[in-house]
Amino acid sequence: MTGTIPLLKIDGLTKAYPGVVANDDVSFQIMPGEVHALLGENGAGKSTLVKMLYGLVKPDAGALTYNGAAYAPTSPHAARETGIAMVFQHFSLFDALDVAENVALGMENPPPQRELAKRIKDVSEAYGLPLDPGRLVGDLSAGERQRVEIVRCLLQDPKLLIMDEPTSVLTPQEVEILFATLRKLQSEGTAILYISHKLEEIRSLCDAATILRLGKVVGRCDPREKSARELAEMMVGMSLHTPSREAKPKGPVALSIKGLSAKSASQFGTSLKDVALDVHEGEVLGIGGVAGNGQDELLMALSGEIGSAPDAIVMGDTPLGAMRPNERRALGLLAAPEERLGHAAAPNMSLTENAVLTGRVRKSLTSNGFINWGAARTFAEDVIGRFDVRTPGPTHAARSLSGGNLQKFVVGREILQSPKILIVNQPTWGVDASAAASIRQALLDLAAEGAAVVVISQDLDELMEISDRFAALNEGRLTPPRDTQGLTVDEIGLMMGGAHDLGAVA
Amino acid sequence: MISLIQRPEPSRAWSLATPLLAVLVTMIAGGIMFAALGKNPVEAIKVIFYDPILGEFAFYYRGQLLVKAAPLILIAIGLSLGFRAGIWNIGAEGQYIIGAVVGAGLGLAFFPLDAWWIYPLMVFGGALGGFLWAMIPGVLRVAFNTNEILVSLLLVYVAENILASMSTGLLQNPDGQGFPGSRNFRDFPAAYNPELIAGTGMHWGVVAAFIAVIFAYIVLARHILGFQIRLTGEAPRAARFAGVNPTRLVLLCFGISGALAGMAGLFEVSGPAGQISIDFNVGYGFTAIIVAFLGRLHPIGILLAGLLMALTYIGGEAAQAQLGLPAAAIQAFQGMLLFFLLAGDVLTNYRIRFGRAEAA
Repeated sequence: MTGTIPLLKIDGLTKAYPGVVANDDVSFQIMPGEVHALLGENGAGKSTLVKMLYGLVKPDAGALTYNGAAYAPTSPHAARETGIAMVFQHFSLFDALDVAENVALGMENPPPQRELAKRIKDVSEAYGLPLDPGRLVGDLSAGERQRVEIVRCLLQDPKLLIMDEPTSVLTPQEVEILFATLRKLQSEGTAILYISHKLEEIRSLCDAATILRLGKVVGRCDPREKSARELAEMMVGMSLHTPSREAKPKGPVALSIKGLSAKSASQFGTSLKDVALDVHEGEVLGIGGVAGNGQDELLMALSGEIGSAPDAIVMGDTPLGAMRPNERRALGLLAAPEERLGHAAAPNMSLTENAVLTGRVRKSLTSNGFINWGAARTFAEDVIGRFDVRTPGPTHAARSLSGGNLQKFVVGREILQSPKILIVNQPTWGVDASAAASIRQALLDLAAEGAAVVVISQDLDELMEISDRFAALNEGRLTPPRDTQGLTVDEIGLMMGGAHDLGAVA
Repeated sequence: MISLIQRPEPSRAWSLATPLLAVLVTMIAGGIMFAALGKNPVEAIKVIFYDPILGEFAFYYRGQLLVKAAPLILIAIGLSLGFRAGIWNIGAEGQYIIGAVVGAGLGLAFFPLDAWWIYPLMVFGGALGGFLWAMIPGVLRVAFNTNEILVSLLLVYVAENILASMSTGLLQNPDGQGFPGSRNFRDFPAAYNPELIAGTGMHWGVVAAFIAVIFAYIVLARHILGFQIRLTGEAPRAARFAGVNPTRLVLLCFGISGALAGMAGLFEVSGPAGQISIDFNVGYGFTAIIVAFLGRLHPIGILLAGLLMALTYIGGEAAQAQLGLPAAAIQAFQGMLLFFLLAGDVLTNYRIRFGRAEAA
């Protein structure tokens, strides 16, 4: 690639927020037609960097050069004019509008609907991303929604496409389709800045990689020449601790779910359909699936927030389906929801108060309805101490904690109540690698002590690492679980895609 | 450029300081308004805030202070529980009326019997009337997911018509020569709510208001019910996760606020007002909403806010009489107080930063 000028040259970009330097003197360059990976943990400064490239944030210092000319975008509009487009991790689509209308909303000068629909069809088929322009976005799967976002970008004919964690919502098969599209774009000369922390993907897709840690560039490499472990250690800056566990025989059934159907509380949520599952004592059962396929609903049906038929959920001999959350807690069924702020914890309430939130029954924090604040505080301090939650103390509000620390608190709060069955949804979402490792280890330790642990997650690597058996949710249906050992990526993909009769061995 | 930065935690210092700051700024802004109306602002502020407590005729006003503050506090305490949980009972005025009608009706049914149990029975009747009237929006919300703000508000007007009907019909004084209005409770000692200590304005309603403050304080700070109320207001999903039964909570909050408003109505009708009449209600149920927010939905805050609001009423009336200030100016003055208080709330949750704007 010598001789060509870089498409985008990033020179000493710096951006500070109160208390944290998000980007510190970041420099690298992207060549035309290059797939360039931007690697880093949560909080490494990837998002801030791309926001500066896309005109959403103004850098404190540093310069950008685009095709040899100075480039200082003041808005996403200016960035798109220049030829830089971005697909965000979280989609900005309206459920109630159809595909063509959504695309038109993101364009500077949308052509008439009929013409636009034709162009959407043409572009989407040319790049192997079939889309029906007339469908309502609310009815699309996450993978299809992402196609809408990508097609919206491609219609602007970008020279540089920025993709922020594009595969976090896709099944392995959908990832393959996406990669084929990206390679086609690359062969046409479009450069792609690919943000991810999924190392295998980056190794198979990218030509170059820049690694960020704490806002600084800590490494540049050709990812095809490095192992995933080497990349991970560059990213984290230390050698990683792999959770340990020992194989052991299956215990008796702790929780039996049969014919569990439950309606979602929200309009575009996914209702559970005839879910069946046995969870054994001492095992970790992983439930995978693309986001929005009933994960939230499954957790809420098990925690008791959504009621169901009494004998749809049975613990030992006790039918739980119609019981309220605290009755289930009393029996030893605990849960930790995905959304930390607002569901698992109340943002403005102190950690002590948040300890009462679920700990009231099993920790006997009330007598005659009066709260024993001393005991609650002791419990909160216990969680903070045992799970290394970084906070000045239990009187501080939940929202003052970082995501990872609050997650440790939320998971620790349940584990320290010695559950017989623990259900967690996305236990390490948005948590840095070392905190994630300690949460996973805590879940494995809990299972080793004989509890049944159900981990719902979208991180397949995590599920493969810690679970004994694996099942997948697809449109509210659960596949029969299969032993994790020996499961291939193809089989997982088929399970996530909804192949229910895959010769399952429960 | 001025920008607001969210604080990681609400500032305690500001949450205590803003009410005082709001009173101060109201005095300044109100003073400017009075000056623009051609009155001496210092004199006006003095008449409103100082004279009723320490002025020459304070002996008259001081009693009025508790009489006016008690129903405001009693109603606001009840409302604050629901408001904290995001349950909006806007119809306390109606519950106040129905409580007064039911309680007064119960008492008048035994006229002229002299028995010790009549007054307690009336208090119970007042609470029951308010409770049942509040159950209408409560049950409709729980059963049909109706908007409780609208239903409770509109029921105020229904209650006003019931009041008018009662004072010219069922409860009309048979010895009243055809004038609208019930018998006066001053002529019915067993059912009268007298001034307990002469010159202080202290009556049973004031006692009940103080008890309600203490009760609410304990419930909110120590009891699981208060925790559930706060949790529901802060994070409804977390509340459901914590096992709070939303149906029960809605009914409970409506029930308590309705019962307290009904009791307030009964204490008023059997004491200071003296009788059921067409214009018996003077808006305590609506003003109590302001009192509840002015007091930060906190029991002690409501106690102070109720007294402050009563003071602006009494002082405002005095200012109208002595200085000829228009009633609208006094209302605007009270409005300013709420406005500045809510504006000051921003400082509790945000800090102000002066400097370059930040695109993000």
